[in-house]
Amino acid sequence: MSDTPEEPQERRDFLARAAFWTTAGALGFAALGVARMPKPGVLPGQSAAVKIGPPGEYPVSAEPVRVPGQNLFVLHDADGFAAVAAVCTHLGCIVSVSPDGFECPCHGSRFARDGHVVRGPAPSPLVWFELSLAPDGQIVVDTKKPVPVGTKFQLS
Amino acid sequence: MTQPIETQEREAGPPVPADGTPPSSAKRDSFLGNLRRLWHNLRAAIFRTGKPTSDRARAQKVFGNFLLHVHSTRVHRHSLRFTTTLGLGIAALASFILATVTGVLLMIYYTPSTELAYQSVKDIHYVVPTGRFIRNLHRWSAHIMVIAVILHAVRVFLTASYKKPREFNWLIGLGLLVVTLGLSFTGYLLPWDQLAYWAATIGSNIASSPRELTDALGITSWFDPGGFFRQLLLGADEVGQSALTRFYLLHIMVLPLLLCWLIGVHFWRIRKDGGLARPSDEQLRAEGKLPPAEENNNGNGATFPRGPLKTYGLMAVVRGRTPVVGRGPENTVPAWPRAFRAEMAVGMIVVAVCLVLAFFSDAPLKEQANSLVPENPAKAPWYFLGIQELVSYSAFMGGVFLPGLVVLGLALIPFLDREKEPGGVWFSGARGRREFLASLAFGTVVVVLLEVITIRFGWLRSWFPEIPQLWIILVNPGTVLAVLFAGWSQLTLRRTGSTRMAAIALFTTILVGFVILTYVATVHRGPNWDFYWSKSQWPVH
Repeated sequence: MSDTPEEPQERRDFLARAAFWTTAGALGFAALGVARMPKPGVLPGQSAAVKIGPPGEYPVSAEPVRVPGQNLFVLHDADGFAAVAAVCTHLGCIVSVSPDGFECPCHGSRFARDGHVVRGPAPSPLVWFELSLAPDGQIVVDTKKPVPVGTKFQLS
Repeated sequence: MTQPIETQEREAGPPVPADGTPPSSAKRDSFLGNLRRLWHNLRAAIFRTGKPTSDRARAQKVFGNFLLHVHSTRVHRHSLRFTTTLGLGIAALASFILATVTGVLLMIYYTPSTELAYQSVKDIHYVVPTGRFIRNLHRWSAHIMVIAVILHAVRVFLTASYKKPREFNWLIGLGLLVVTLGLSFTGYLLPWDQLAYWAATIGSNIASSPRELTDALGITSWFDPGGFFRQLLLGADEVGQSALTRFYLLHIMVLPLLLCWLIGVHFWRIRKDGGLARPSDEQLRAEGKLPPAEENNNGNGATFPRGPLKTYGLMAVVRGRTPVVGRGPENTVPAWPRAFRAEMAVGMIVVAVCLVLAFFSDAPLKEQANSLVPENPAKAPWYFLGIQELVSYSAFMGGVFLPGLVVLGLALIPFLDREKEPGGVWFSGARGRREFLASLAFGTVVVVLLEVITIRFGWLRSWFPEIPQLWIILVNPGTVLAVLFAGWSQLTLRRTGSTRMAAIALFTTILVGFVILTYVATVHRGPNWDFYWSKSQWPVH
């Protein structure tokens, strides 16, 4: 318990510092490596491409039709088919059809028929997806491939 | 440093001395004799001495016992006054212990799989003996813990107990608050019912809401912190088995361990920072909160007897004040029994309240999680509803930026308000009380006004439908409130010239905002997040 400061011992101090930073560095890099683990390499979940039945199941209609078992709406008018996500772009709740478009139950966002935000906190329109026809005659919605709002597909 | 050297340390113990001297030497090593003395010898081996019968022996016991030594042996009288702490820290600890015990019991039956989780919780609720009661207790102790931790933080702030040298412990406490909320949120998902599923969906989407900003700026493709947080939390694109596994792991392992470690540091630092913050003895005496100086040493004669019980040797010469010798620290009382009794009382009250609540009020369990039908309204637990109200203006601002700003602001308080003050006085006196009340009024008016405007007239998008999203992120009721509160605090700083008063102004307005928004979201928000005066007006669907 002496109040006089210790005399610097340069070589020893250097070696001690080197040892300390080597250990700290090794542990730091190890931690970085471990931190890679929780970020999944492959995302589990269902296939992004969904078959929703033949085009004949969705007759021309002014109302959007909810696809059974999927969070999707199908629009079918004279211009063709379109699939619109039922997932609110705000915080992921499922929108339902309202008299003039869609409404979200969680935070009150309202969307127009084409998915544009009319009211509420949603930051962007409901997402439209690419459609194609599978060899077995069913419509395939690729939920990994968004298309610009208003893109219609001719399926026959 | 002068160190007491222990000599002659024998207290009057139990009838059988600690070293187990047998009554008769003939039986000294006989097997039966040893067997008969087993209980005494075991007790002596564990506790060394018998039941302490003097303050001095009790102090020694507190000092030497692993579980008790987190206490100092003597406690200042001011620290024991109920109005100093309101017992909130101990209440938080007691509810945490209760939640831990009931949580371990629930783990006997709970199964963390998307197929079985809901059924196992249903089993716990309807089939397992006492299962429903234990689950209710777990839920209520968690609620009480959140309330206690929040109120404890409010108490510490209002009594200025965060000031030097307690800044670091304020940060630890803030960490405890965040971990407590994390524990509640991760626990909310586990029953895998509709409430759980949609709260977790909303929560994880809040985590990914920085995308709202990066999208508005058009940089998401190469800078996407939102997507990263979301994947880290869910381990997938949607709330599913990986999310349940991760939440379960966080809830039963990671966060409790972190919490225990932080609690340990928190308690340790209370001791090392000099106990609870309190004004000087002179000031307390002037206010009549301490007995006059002469009376005060009464009883110290018995506690610290003069005599050859200790000898002092000079070990080294150090700077500082001379240690007090032969006289107890003034205005303190032995921790055993005074402080222990107070802590036990708070603990018992907490347990009693939880028992009563758990008996009369069941934890909710909705239908099994269904990713196709959202709960309407989908509400988070009550302490997140203030945030949910903010989120209904802008997900990123309300869910990430403003809460982050509040936490950062709270962390900075002890470093921005450096005015010297011993702490331990509510509102730091009459001036602080005035500022507190003024801020209370200002905060209430501003928050209610903004809520009324938003509910009656909507916000920017209702008035200018084509407005770019960036405007809504930047200018919404939440950010307006933040600017108003910051301005009010600056005004207070100018007016009073005191950083402490400015801190009181800021803290109080934020607190009012939190309380009012939580209230509105809890009571007045119904389906589609519309405003209703009461639940009876909700449309049937």
